[in-house]
Amino acid sequence: MADSISSGLAIRARGLTKDFGHVVAVNNLDLDVPRSRIYGFLGPNGSGKSTSIRMLCGLLTPTHGAIRVLGLEIPRQAEQLRRKVGYMTQKFSLFEDLTVTENLNFIANIYTLTRAEQKIRIPEAMERYELGRLTRQRAGTLSGGQKQRLALAAATLHQPELLFLDEPTSAVDPENRRAFWESLFDLVGEGTTILVSTHYMDEAERCHALAILDLGVLVAAGSPDQLSAGIDAAVIVVQSREPRKVSRFLDHQAIVHSTAQIGNILRVMVDRDVPDAAEFLKKAVSEAGLPVDHCEKVHPSLEDVFVAATQARKAARDKKE
Amino acid sequence: MKSLQRIFAIVIKELRQLSRDRLTFGMIVGIPALQLVLFGYAINMDVRHLSAGVADLSQTAASRQVIMDMAQTQVIDINYQAGDVFELESLMRQGKIVAGIYIPPDYERRLLQPERSAIQLLVDGSDTVVQGAVASIARSARISPYNDRPPAMEIRTYYNPERRSPVNTVPGLIGVILTMTMTMFTAVAIVRERERGNLELLITTPVRSAELMLAKILPYVFIGLLQVTLVLGLGALLFDVPLRGTLIDVYQVCLLFIIANLALGLVASTIAQTQFQAMQMTFFILLPSILLSGFIFPFDGMPRAAQIIAEFLPMTHFMRLIRGVILRGASLAELYSELMILGIFILAAMTVAVLRFNKRLD
Repeated sequence: MADSISSGLAIRARGLTKDFGHVVAVNNLDLDVPRSRIYGFLGPNGSGKSTSIRMLCGLLTPTHGAIRVLGLEIPRQAEQLRRKVGYMTQKFSLFEDLTVTENLNFIANIYTLTRAEQKIRIPEAMERYELGRLTRQRAGTLSGGQKQRLALAAATLHQPELLFLDEPTSAVDPENRRAFWESLFDLVGEGTTILVSTHYMDEAERCHALAILDLGVLVAAGSPDQLSAGIDAAVIVVQSREPRKVSRFLDHQAIVHSTAQIGNILRVMVDRDVPDAAEFLKKAVSEAGLPVDHCEKVHPSLEDVFVAATQARKAARDKKE
Repeated sequence: MKSLQRIFAIVIKELRQLSRDRLTFGMIVGIPALQLVLFGYAINMDVRHLSAGVADLSQTAASRQVIMDMAQTQVIDINYQAGDVFELESLMRQGKIVAGIYIPPDYERRLLQPERSAIQLLVDGSDTVVQGAVASIARSARISPYNDRPPAMEIRTYYNPERRSPVNTVPGLIGVILTMTMTMFTAVAIVRERERGNLELLITTPVRSAELMLAKILPYVFIGLLQVTLVLGLGALLFDVPLRGTLIDVYQVCLLFIIANLALGLVASTIAQTQFQAMQMTFFILLPSILLSGFIFPFDGMPRAAQIIAEFLPMTHFMRLIRGVILRGASLAELYSELMILGIFILAAMTVAVLRFNKRLD
């Protein structure tokens, strides 16, 4: 236990691998999650986010690799971990035919909270997650945002040190998502460590640190700023009246990695070591007889990092084939 | 103490959900009531009121006497009077009668000649049960009023002298109903939670496998006993089924059988992936239980292979126990070995269920 406290890590995984026989869901993942931080797993569907979380909380046995969570060896000491962690599943997993109060009472008893604790914590959770007016409503009839607040209330009722959230906001509107993230920061302020998986860039931006996963492989890790700085490409914004034609033209240029259209603007990723790439692109487009209004090098966003990281791997795979 | 708190929480939750699930709640009461009425009234093995016709060409006091004797057995109702044997045959072909009594003109003379048969009984043999029933009236009726020979054999029937099926069916029906509902309810209860994702939540909590299993079973034990009460009550009310043993013994036997079936349901739930699969597995257990346990066919008449399979079904042992207690007034001490077998069965099934249900997703 001492080693992880001294190192300040809530989670430490080395060489984590899950092989489902026909497909390797998670491949040789190394992970260091510091305490009292929000750590994000960013990746598309099927990138191994859920599988990793399930292995970390002891629900799945890894094929290879070593895991220490809160100083406990997982999966061997998984039962001891149960009291210290909260887990919010991707799909709403509370009982839809029970009311809000009944669900919270049930969870409180499952975690064997005393009567005195229940008397304080359940009303507290109701107030904190704005469930007060819904106490007698069945969980199945709640809206997406309400369900998710109830799930978070249930997952934190026993005051876990570590919270696993598996795509918690996939069924929630933007306003509720903001409120939800405010709650997460409150929890972190109280010392909770949070591991959250997402495929929303704006959510990933909010994390203290994150790992980008692609097809079970960790392709980049660090804080959002570190990741933007460390991107192996430059990002040029190209403005044109004919964005589709320009995009098709640019896709065939040797220095261009990828293009993405946002309204009338193209975000173009190019080799990092090309000097004055913006000027170079503008010239090339004009010479091809296409209209171009403006070209400018910009600071890479997290989405750019994500695209660059996953595309580099795709290129490597294509080459191999 | 903490264990108790968790088990209690799950039991309460289970009962709450059950009270809100109208279909399941309806099944708890509906299945016993429906089956009791169906088996008790419709699927009736003792045959009464078969339509019959008479062609009495003798028209004597003796012939009228013998026809009355046969009618009094209630096995046949004499609905048709025919002029000759051909008319009887015609009625039978049309399906209007299943039995015909032909009394020849020289009936009285034939009675004095033992080597000649005095009456001809025509039977529609396409249903063997009917065939057997009609044949039996030929034996029971006093064919010859002048013949004082005592019957060759006197038959005494124990426990159910009136030969009423419900007396035998109702206790056995408790077994059928419990096998059907108990196995299905538990299997579905766990698989449903897996389908809805509740199980993924539960296994990340400190609940132990054994606690979860126990808590899942407990509510259904009460429900099972409720069903037993319902069947016994309706059985006594509608069919006058006697209770010769003590009520305590009946409930003890039923309790053991309920737990055996719940354990079996738990095992099924650890194998089935969907609620539909859980249902299918229930029928896989139910069908041989109904057919081989002695509920429908006498155990001793079955081929050896079927008997061996039957010994592995809890219902076979329950059938011996419950008929022993209810119909023969046997004490539990006399049925000790059957109780032991059920106990061993419960132990084995629970062990398998707890071992198979690990708190992992893989």
